[in-house]
Amino acid sequence: MLDSSEGYVTEDGRKIGGVVMEMKNITLRFGGVVAIKDISFDIREGEIRAIIGPNGAGKSSMLNVISGFYVPQEGEVWFHGSKRPQMRPFEVAQQGIARTFQNIALFEGMSVLDNVMTGRLGFMKTNIIQQALWKGKAEAEETENREAVEKIIDFLEIQHIRKTPVSRLPYGLKKRVELARALAAEPKLLLLDEPMAGMNVEEKEDMSRFILDVNDEFGTTIALIEHDMGVVMDLSDRVVVMDYGRKIGDGTPDEVRNNQEVIDAYLGVSHD
Amino acid sequence: MGRRKRLAQMQSGAEGMVSLPALLHRNATQFGDAPAYREKEFGIWQCWSWAEAAAEIRKLALGFLEIGVEKGDHIAVIGRNRPAHYWSMVAAQMVGAVPVPLYQDSVAEEMAYVLEHCGAKFVVCGDQEQVDKVIEIQQGLHQVKHILYTDKRGMRKYDHSQMNALDDIMAEGSAGHARFDAELDKRIAAITYDDTCVMLYTSGTTGKPKGVVLSNRNVIESAKNSAEFDHLTRNEDILSYLPMAWVGDFIFSIGQAYWCGFCVNCPESADTMMTDLREIGPTYFFAPPRVFETQLTNVMIRMEDAGKLKKRMFRHFMDHAKKVGGLLLDGKPVGFGDKVKYALGNMLVYGPLKDTLGYGRFRVGYTAGEAIGPEIFDFYRSLGINLKQLYGQTEATVFITVQPDGEVRADTVGVPAPDVELKIDDKGEIHYRSPGVFVEYYNNPDSTASTKDAEGWVATGDAGFIEEGSGHLRIIDRAKDVGKMADGSMFAPKYVENKLKFYPDILEVVLFGNGKDRCVAFINIDLTAVGNWAERNNVAYGSYQELTSHPRVLETIKSHVEEVNKSVAADEMLSGCQVHRFVVLHKELDADDGEMTRTRKVRRGFVEEKFHDIIDALYDGSSSVSTTTEVTYEDGRKGSISATLEIVDAPVVAAASHKVAAE
Repeated sequence: MLDSSEGYVTEDGRKIGGVVMEMKNITLRFGGVVAIKDISFDIREGEIRAIIGPNGAGKSSMLNVISGFYVPQEGEVWFHGSKRPQMRPFEVAQQGIARTFQNIALFEGMSVLDNVMTGRLGFMKTNIIQQALWKGKAEAEETENREAVEKIIDFLEIQHIRKTPVSRLPYGLKKRVELARALAAEPKLLLLDEPMAGMNVEEKEDMSRFILDVNDEFGTTIALIEHDMGVVMDLSDRVVVMDYGRKIGDGTPDEVRNNQEVIDAYLGVSHD
Repeated sequence: MGRRKRLAQMQSGAEGMVSLPALLHRNATQFGDAPAYREKEFGIWQCWSWAEAAAEIRKLALGFLEIGVEKGDHIAVIGRNRPAHYWSMVAAQMVGAVPVPLYQDSVAEEMAYVLEHCGAKFVVCGDQEQVDKVIEIQQGLHQVKHILYTDKRGMRKYDHSQMNALDDIMAEGSAGHARFDAELDKRIAAITYDDTCVMLYTSGTTGKPKGVVLSNRNVIESAKNSAEFDHLTRNEDILSYLPMAWVGDFIFSIGQAYWCGFCVNCPESADTMMTDLREIGPTYFFAPPRVFETQLTNVMIRMEDAGKLKKRMFRHFMDHAKKVGGLLLDGKPVGFGDKVKYALGNMLVYGPLKDTLGYGRFRVGYTAGEAIGPEIFDFYRSLGINLKQLYGQTEATVFITVQPDGEVRADTVGVPAPDVELKIDDKGEIHYRSPGVFVEYYNNPDSTASTKDAEGWVATGDAGFIEEGSGHLRIIDRAKDVGKMADGSMFAPKYVENKLKFYPDILEVVLFGNGKDRCVAFINIDLTAVGNWAERNNVAYGSYQELTSHPRVLETIKSHVEEVNKSVAADEMLSGCQVHRFVVLHKELDADDGEMTRTRKVRRGFVEEKFHDIIDALYDGSSSVSTTTEVTYEDGRKGSISATLEIVDAPVVAAASHKVAAE
C-alpha cells in the first residue's frame, strides 16, 4: 500500500494523495545526545499522520524538524518535491505550515478574536502606517481577514468567547483557540503538538471531532503528536512509532498495534 | 367587537387572514422592507426583510414540492432557533403539510416515539448531530423518506440519495419554479381556517408525550387577542431562544410575529444568548423564571466583587427602587421628591443595569411555566421593567390568564385572557374555554375526550381559585399532586417547594408527605450560588457531590428550611406541610435521567420510585443513608454514582390548630 506514489484510499473512503513531505534519514544531535537517529518517513496529502512514542522518544524534536525550527545534522527534508533549505520560522509559515504548541503559546492579554487574527498576519500586505490610519486598503484588508477568522470561529464553535481575554479561559478552550489561530493561516500542513494533553474525556472527544472536521472540511494534511493511544488509533490514518530516537514502527493503526517491537516499547520486556 | 363582525370572522378568519402564509403575504406586500428576521452569523447580524423572507420561504416550499411532499404529510423540524427552521415550518404549511417541531436535546428513543407517532416522512435537521439521531431511529422505523439539514458541516460523507441540504432544495425549487408555481399557489389557496397549523408534542409530566393539534384558527385568534391585549406593534423586537418545540416559542416567534409583523432575532448559538440579548435589547421578551433567577444571581455575585462606593450606591438606590419603582410602573401616585430621586437612580444605577442585562428597551415581558419568587419579580419591576405573569398551556395555544398592566402581582397569574372563559369545579380544578382550545390530541381520541368535554371546556389539571375582589386567578398546585396528610389536612407540595426555591442557594425541591403524618424533602443546591459562596468563604470542595455534603452547606439549607417552616405554619390551611426532615441530594435532578421533563418540571412519581430508599430513610428516623444512583451521560451512556447522604432534622413550628410532635 505504501509503495504506491499515487496515494491510497482509507477505510472510510477518503482519498489520500501523493507525498507532501518526506523526511530522509534524519539525524538530530544536541551535543552528545542523539535525539533522532536516522529516521525516514513521509506525509501524504490529506492524511492524518501521527507520531507516537513513550516519553523522551524524540517526538517533539521530530515535529520541530518538520516545522523547520530544528535543523538536523544529517538527512534531508523534502517538501512538495524539492529539498528544503535551512529556513527561519516565518519562512516556514509562508510555505503553508502552521502549528500548535504542547504548552499553549497564545497572547494571554489579548482577546480570542485578536489572537486568531494574528494567524492572518501572512495575508496582510499593508504596512504599519496604513494600518494605523486605517483608510481604504487597510480597512478592506481587515474586513476580508476578519471574515476568514469569523468562519473559523464558527467552525470551532467559540463564538461565545470571541471577546474574552485568553487568560480567563480554561485550558481546553485555550487549546481550541490555538487550533483556531493555526487554521487562520490556512495551512496546507498542520502540525499539532499533543493537542489533547491535560484534557478530560469530553474535551478530548470535542478536540478529536474538530481535528477530523478540519481534515474533512478543508482537506488539510495533519501531522500530530499524541500520548493518548486510544485517540491516536481512532484519529490517524498512519502512525510512526518512535522509541529512544529510533523509528520502531510505521503503518496503519492496526499494523502498528500488532507490531511486536511497539508492544515491547509500550509494555516493556522482561529481561530474563 | 360587534357580534356580527365576530360571526363573520368565524368563517373567514381574522381580517380575512386564514393562515400564516396569508399573513406572510400581507406583511411582504404592506411593509416588505421592514425587518422580519435577524440572525447573528460570523459575528454580524444578518437581516431579512419581510419581502426577502417571503421569497426564501416560497423557494423552500417549491423545494418541498420537488422532493414530493404531499398534502397532510408531517414534516418534523429538529434544531435550534434559526430563521431557516422557522421558514421550514411556514413553507410546510404552504404545501399543505403539518410542521412538527421537536426538542433538539431529546435523546434518540424519545425522538423515535414522536417521529413514529406522527409518521413524519420528512425531517428537517439543524446539524449533523440531529441527522445522526434520525438515521439511528430510521433503522428501526423505515418511514422517513427524506432528511434535510441546515448546517452542511461534516455532512459530505453521508449517503445523499435521500438527504439534502436545505439550501440545495431551495435552489432546486427556485430553478424548477415554472413547473411547481401553479401547484404551490393552488395549495396555498386551499388552506382553510380550520386546517392544522402546527402539531406540538407536550412533554407530559406523566406518560408518553401527546401531539397537540392546533388549527390556524387557534393560532391566529390567540395571536390577535394577545397582541391587542399588550398593544404589540410591528416595531417590536424579540429574541427567539426558547425551544422551538414549545408552544410559547411558536406563538411568539411565528403567531404573533406574523400577526403583528415584528422582527424575530435568533442568537448566534445557545452559549451566546446573553450577549445577543444585550445587543438586540428586545422590546417584548419572554423567559421562564429560571432565566431571571440566573441573571439576578449573576448581578448579585458581581456586585459582591464591586468597589465600596459602587456597592453603597447600588444598595442605596435599589432600596429606593424597591419602595417606589413598582408603584411608578403601575401608574400609582408617588411623591415628587421620590420621583426625582428615582430619576437620579435611573441615571446612575437602573439605566446602566438594565442595559447590561439587555433590558434597555424592554416594553413588556412575561414569565410563566413555574412560579417566580416574589423578590426576584419585584427586583425587575422596581427597575422599571414591565415584567408580568401569565398562565397557559399548549392545549390553550398558550393564553389562559394574563396580568393586565397596572394589576401585576407576584402571587397571582392574572385575569382571564380576552375571549377566555374560566370555571373552577367542585374539586378545585381549573377549566377553561377559548378560541385557542386545541383541536385534538393526534391519534388519541381517548385522551382528547378525557381532557376536553363536548362543550369545549378543557381541564387544566391545576388546582386554584379566583380571588374575590380582584378577579385574579391563583394557582395552588397540580390538581393530582394536591393530596391529604394522614390527619386529613391539605398537602400541597408546590406551595412549600416554591417558597424554598426562592432562596438563591436552592435550585430544586421535591416534597413528600401525601398520606403520611409529616413531610420530608429532597433538596438540590444551586451550584452557581453555593459555589460562589464557597469560594468567598474559603470552603474547599472537589465536586458537586462533595459540596452538597459539606456541613456548612447543610447548616445554611437548614436555616432556610426553618424560615420556610415558620412561614408555612402561618397559613392555617397548609401548616401540616412543614418540612420535618430533608436531604441535600448528591446529584442534580436531570431530564436525561427521566427525573424531569424537558421543560424542567419534576416528575414526582418517577423521583419517588427511583429514590425510594432515601425516602424510607427519611421516614424511619435514621441519620444517614447510603445509596447508588444511575446516571446518564450526555452521550447516552449510563453509569452510577454512590454516596452517603446525611439526613438533617429541621425545626418545625407547632401550629395552634395542629398537633406536631416536637423533634
